[in-house]
Amino acid sequence: AETVTAACLPELLPLYYRRLFPFSQYHRWLSYGGVTKNYFQNREFSFTLKDDIYVRYQSFSNQNELEKEIQKMNPYKIDIGAVYSHRPNQHNTVKSGTFQALEKELVFDIDMTDYDDVRRCCSSADICTKCWILMTIAIRIIDRALREDFGFRHLLWVYSGRRGVHCWVCDEAARKLSVAARSAVAEYLTLVKGGEETVKKVQLSDPVHPFIKESLAVVRRYFTDYALVGQDIMGSKESMDKVVALVPDDILALCSFILLYVCIFSYQASSKKSYYTEEEIMLQYCYPRLDVNVSKGVNHLLKSPFSVHPKTGRISVPIDLRELGQFNPFDVPTISLICKELDRPRTAEEEEASVRERDPDGGEIFSDYKRTSLAKYVKLFDQFVEEMERSRKGELLRRTDLQKDF
Amino acid sequence: MLFGGRKKKGVENPQTELYGHCLQLYTQPPLENISLVEFEQFAVDRMKLLKTVENLGVTHIKTSEDYSKKLHAEISSLNFPHRTEVSTFIVPAVASEYEKRRKDHISHFILRLAYCQTEDLRRWFIQQEMDLFRHRFNDLSPKSKSDFLHRNSLQYETISVEEKKSLMEKLINSSYAFSGCTVEEQDFYKVPFQDALDLVRMRKVFVKDGFAYVPHQDIVTIVLNDYRTRLSKALALTARSLPVVQSDERLQPLLSHLSHAYVGQDYSIQKNIGKISLEQIDSLSTKSFPPCMRQLHKALRDSHHLRHGGRMQYGLFLKGIGLTLDQALQFWRAEFLRGKVDADKFDKAYAYSIRHMFGKEGKRTDYTPYSCMKVILSNPPSQGDHHGCPFRHSDPELLKQKLQSYKISSGGINQILELVKGMHYQLACQKYFELTHSIDDAGFSLNHPNQYFSESQKLLTGGKEVKRELDSPRRPHAAAGSENSKAPPETPSSSNRVPQEVMDDLDSFFQEE
Repeated sequence: AETVTAACLPELLPLYYRRLFPFSQYHRWLSYGGVTKNYFQNREFSFTLKDDIYVRYQSFSNQNELEKEIQKMNPYKIDIGAVYSHRPNQHNTVKSGTFQALEKELVFDIDMTDYDDVRRCCSSADICTKCWILMTIAIRIIDRALREDFGFRHLLWVYSGRRGVHCWVCDEAARKLSVAARSAVAEYLTLVKGGEETVKKVQLSDPVHPFIKESLAVVRRYFTDYALVGQDIMGSKESMDKVVALVPDDILALCSFILLYVCIFSYQASSKKSYYTEEEIMLQYCYPRLDVNVSKGVNHLLKSPFSVHPKTGRISVPIDLRELGQFNPFDVPTISLICKELDRPRTAEEEEASVRERDPDGGEIFSDYKRTSLAKYVKLFDQFVEEMERSRKGELLRRTDLQKDF
Repeated sequence: MLFGGRKKKGVENPQTELYGHCLQLYTQPPLENISLVEFEQFAVDRMKLLKTVENLGVTHIKTSEDYSKKLHAEISSLNFPHRTEVSTFIVPAVASEYEKRRKDHISHFILRLAYCQTEDLRRWFIQQEMDLFRHRFNDLSPKSKSDFLHRNSLQYETISVEEKKSLMEKLINSSYAFSGCTVEEQDFYKVPFQDALDLVRMRKVFVKDGFAYVPHQDIVTIVLNDYRTRLSKALALTARSLPVVQSDERLQPLLSHLSHAYVGQDYSIQKNIGKISLEQIDSLSTKSFPPCMRQLHKALRDSHHLRHGGRMQYGLFLKGIGLTLDQALQFWRAEFLRGKVDADKFDKAYAYSIRHMFGKEGKRTDYTPYSCMKVILSNPPSQGDHHGCPFRHSDPELLKQKLQSYKISSGGINQILELVKGMHYQLACQKYFELTHSIDDAGFSLNHPNQYFSESQKLLTGGKEVKRELDSPRRPHAAAGSENSKAPPETPSSSNRVPQEVMDDLDSFFQEE
């Protein structure tokens, strides 16, 4: 399937970019209401073209230029970078040292390969419905924390196209965060630490911070299904040994091999020492693993929503958190599917609808994407941008009201 | 600052108010005239103080009583201000206290000149100044602390009793050793989370709706954050006006000597370029590489791949030991091609980043090999990574097994594990060096993987000494207390403008124990 996709891309991409990619909403998103001058114009995009050619520092004056360039280049992948002090495509003309990354959304990248040590069903780039639960857990935990602890409101969660999810935090305050602040937030959210050389990756001690308690509550809901049933971690000696490796010696000394299951998951230590063995095991198996470096850098580029994944052909679509439990990465439309759907003969009502619709900028767009499986995702994206707009207007009103009082 | 002949007595000085508190954030530069002698003396004294701060920080836990006592002793002996029972009203009249505060003020600004030039110098300076500040702030009485906060306009709102009650459980669980009583008694400040990053990062504070709820006792972290930001900005500004200062012949030699004095080598300038052949690397990795690089090399050979963190740490290290760009490209390419990467992909993706490391792409900065501090403190390894410091990042059990496989004696392993337990990672690595080279005393203070390599090579090949201005920094006071000093070879800077006594003073500082 992968080689088939790669071979078809040169044909399908032009179609996708000409008739399906939601340029209007995309531009609306990244303009952020035009509140800051040149915000869209100073944004860096990067393209990965055929034959792995990579071009950075692309920037555009308006939606039209963006469209034309993408339709011309037909990139295999689009990344979004920071908003700079000058137009990125002119960075060479700027005096050295003055070209700076100023703002960018706070982003998170959760990748299934980071969980290879705790999933038996798949490894590396493969995923399946059994291990996808890990993403569901990650989204629930991080979404809650970003909203309730940090007060962020405009979060866009996107399926990366193959084996993970991205989160774009678009609040104004988030876009203005410094490198230090981004890394502090990422570290606050980090509980699983350690590489190949570390066996026990979660260590809890008193007091248990409220954030950890909230996260544990989520993990508990899914643990049995994910780890005990789906991954069957107690199902083989090898797998069970890995669990045992996480148990402190003093508890182990008390129980035999057979009782281990009972001991870990229902035993209450009566000694004065605090044990969080059960929690630590759960967290090590299920808690989200972030790549802190992705979140830290203001100038770090991240794959754009609605970009195509060159290996799977799947579109990076927004995820509806209201239906998170039902999200299935294998149902996400591929570029070949939606291009095929375009070729379906139009029904009479679709014909009418497309004629009635007109692009606000004056051109005529037949909103082709509405005829395809992409439709519901573009609608979701639309709602997201709409909500930010409403919030901006509300904020503006509040500020002018305050001024009126003087 | 203007320099001239006479020193002015400062009691009528309009800066009296500035010295109203023994602690300050150095927001206003000194505006008086000062003699060259005093200029140098102040600078040297503060340098000594910061060096002590650094050494104590490596060998002690920063909040321990031992640390506080030793640092306090040094502050006193060098005549800097510390917690004082002297009432602020009579400070101007108590000349000695006033003098101390003035010295503190001026010496800080002088050192800014010496330490603003490079990223490494700035980072070091900020780190030591922050540690010093933290100690001095924690030493203050509660009233003094509040006084300080008010003087520096760090006003954050405290939360109401009702809010405290509703959040009681969460507040108790957010801070170590907090009970219901402690929460009730203390004031909690509602601080925007961006102003309390260190507390947020470590989850040492309750966070809700974008605010951190900081107990009064932790307010020092907030202040430190503020201090670090200001100092960082100030140093950047200072760097811009440096050329003017450096053109003053009276100051240039001293400032230059000061900034070279502590850092030692950063291994950015390659010596021995091309003297290593690729065939030697396998055997060198077991003989002369520190464990962090040995581990990376083995992982690379085993899986024919390393992730980004590992490529950076190991790649820059190889550059530091003398590999040329061509050798590096050949080395990585050969290994990656044995794995899943094809020639095309290597040339397009990985080759770029190797050239980047050598300064041939993009910003064209020549990246410097990571020091131990950097390896230990930044970018901890996650699943699939092999970089980092084994003494810091490996499970003690796994570390033990690894050391056993390296044929270290069990006595030696225990010593190493003890040091690791005390968080003395560099000392642990030094001990490893001593054990693997069968010597009692390494004779240097380890702070850089490339230093490990060159010291090892020196030992194994009978050492050709390369004369450098100032070599490896002196060994910090070891917890075990062994008093072994080895004078590093050094040649002071050539200018004769600064009085010889001052230069001797600096030199002897680095030679004495």
